[in-house]
Amino acid sequence: MIRGDGGPQGPRDAPFNAGPGAPAGRPGSDNRRMGDARVMTKYSIFSLVRNALSYHQNWQRAWRSPDPKPDYDVVIVGGGGHGLATAYYLAKECGITNVAVIEKGWLGGGNTGRNTTIVRSNYLWDESAALYDHAVRLWETMSRDLNYNVMFSQRGLLHLAHNVHDMQEIGRRGHAIKLNGIDSEFISPAQVKEMVPFINLECRYPVMGALLQRRGGTARHDAVAWGYARACDQMGVDIIQNCAVTGFKVEGGVVKGVETSRGFIGAKKVGVVAAGHSSVLAEMAGFRMPLESFPLQAFVSEPLKPVIDVVVMSNAIHAYISQSDKGELVIGGSGDPYISYSQRGSFDQIEHVAGPVVELYPIFSRVRMMRQWGGITDVTVDRSPILTKTPVENLFFNCGWGTGGFKATPGSGHVFAHSIAKGEMHPIAAPFSMDRFFTGALIDEAAAAAVAH
Amino acid sequence: MLIIKCPWCGDREQIEFSAGGEAHIARPEDPAALSDEEWGAYIYVRKNPKGVHFERWVHSHGCGKWFNAVRHTVTDVFWDSYKMGEAPPTPPADWDGATTRAQYEAKTGQPGGEQA
Repeated sequence: MIRGDGGPQGPRDAPFNAGPGAPAGRPGSDNRRMGDARVMTKYSIFSLVRNALSYHQNWQRAWRSPDPKPDYDVVIVGGGGHGLATAYYLAKECGITNVAVIEKGWLGGGNTGRNTTIVRSNYLWDESAALYDHAVRLWETMSRDLNYNVMFSQRGLLHLAHNVHDMQEIGRRGHAIKLNGIDSEFISPAQVKEMVPFINLECRYPVMGALLQRRGGTARHDAVAWGYARACDQMGVDIIQNCAVTGFKVEGGVVKGVETSRGFIGAKKVGVVAAGHSSVLAEMAGFRMPLESFPLQAFVSEPLKPVIDVVVMSNAIHAYISQSDKGELVIGGSGDPYISYSQRGSFDQIEHVAGPVVELYPIFSRVRMMRQWGGITDVTVDRSPILTKTPVENLFFNCGWGTGGFKATPGSGHVFAHSIAKGEMHPIAAPFSMDRFFTGALIDEAAAAAVAH
Repeated sequence: MLIIKCPWCGDREQIEFSAGGEAHIARPEDPAALSDEEWGAYIYVRKNPKGVHFERWVHSHGCGKWFNAVRHTVTDVFWDSYKMGEAPPTPPADWDGATTRAQYEAKTGQPGGEQA
């Protein structure tokens, strides 16, 4: 996994090599590493016991904090889940380890840490099914692949239908999903009641049926960023936080690197994975993206005992709910209708979300909300993402995930990494090129993308 | 909640309004003469600025009229609103989005910005 570069081991590495944490039987050359990436202790029951004996005072840092090098093969702009996943697959599958991930704030501090952690692949069109289910399949092995528990829980995801139109919509989409070989079941209101016994089916908008994806569920969002960061670091990727990109150096239509708050960083290729700020970065590079940035907010309640063991979402009343492993109810709704970079939502949206939730689940009426926050979602007109080459050569953009990017994190990173490495878009990513807004080949997922982000 | 100034009705709460997106997008005079890229840009591509944004609102639960407004997209503070057809008021270059036009003028004692 770690290729030796024949160079001397830096003093920084010394404490990490000889300790009992170094895996036994590792060939000597593997202890020499690219740059100053280091050998990580593998997390296991044994490392847990060993560290318990020293009162958990000796866990090593999960990743380094290196100074930027003058040049990299690939620079990824944006240290959220998608950016880190891109770097991970570049290093792991494409053999490109001379990579930097540049993050303006802290890792996973943007939408990765602000979403409601829902994972599903119940999308209408073939192109989306390929992309989102690719991601769900990678989710299923992610904790093992990363040696990091991302707490992926396929607890099932219910999509409620409250009127005739909803029934027609889930009918059409449910069959389309099945034709794409993805699990999808139609269930009756009685079956919904069995899964969520306290639901009020006879509410103002009565529940008429539901679409169930059993492989859907939730994951621990911070762990995704941390797990990828740790795995990237182990393979020699430099993760540089508190480093804002202020411009791109473009010569003869080819990108040569990025200007940052920590100086110029040269790069043969640049991948921008900046979510809500994609338009700002595109403007720095001299073009515009078909995006608008809207605030989307979410809430968590005080922790409760286990009460709801599926994810329940509803398009018609626009609220969705699940319970975290800490016991908090995680609740989200629709975004604000005006563009903003404020990372706050408007107050009236809180009422728009809380009202339907209480109507559907009267037992939550006196639950106290503990935190509320907003993230900036980069929304395209067809509610599908943009994975694309750009007018600037060797500059790639992965954006437009709008309100639903978290679920796609590993799949997005995987196909984007292969696209950057090859210089041509991966077959799964190709339909999501920005050209579709000029050719008219839109991938309209308004119904599937509208809720449960 | 945002307080929005309707040019006809004065300051009202945001729930009375609906957002209409970027303002001052003119339909091309001769769509048939446009390339696919130009037409796609007209339909789908927006400025989406981090900063000063000229945008449309409609007072849907009030007088029902459309109007334009200037807002800072980081602070969500409105510089000013103006009627359809009026020239947009351009905030001064040093406007950081913390004050409205009236507050800015009261503070600096100068007219805030130019009528473009």
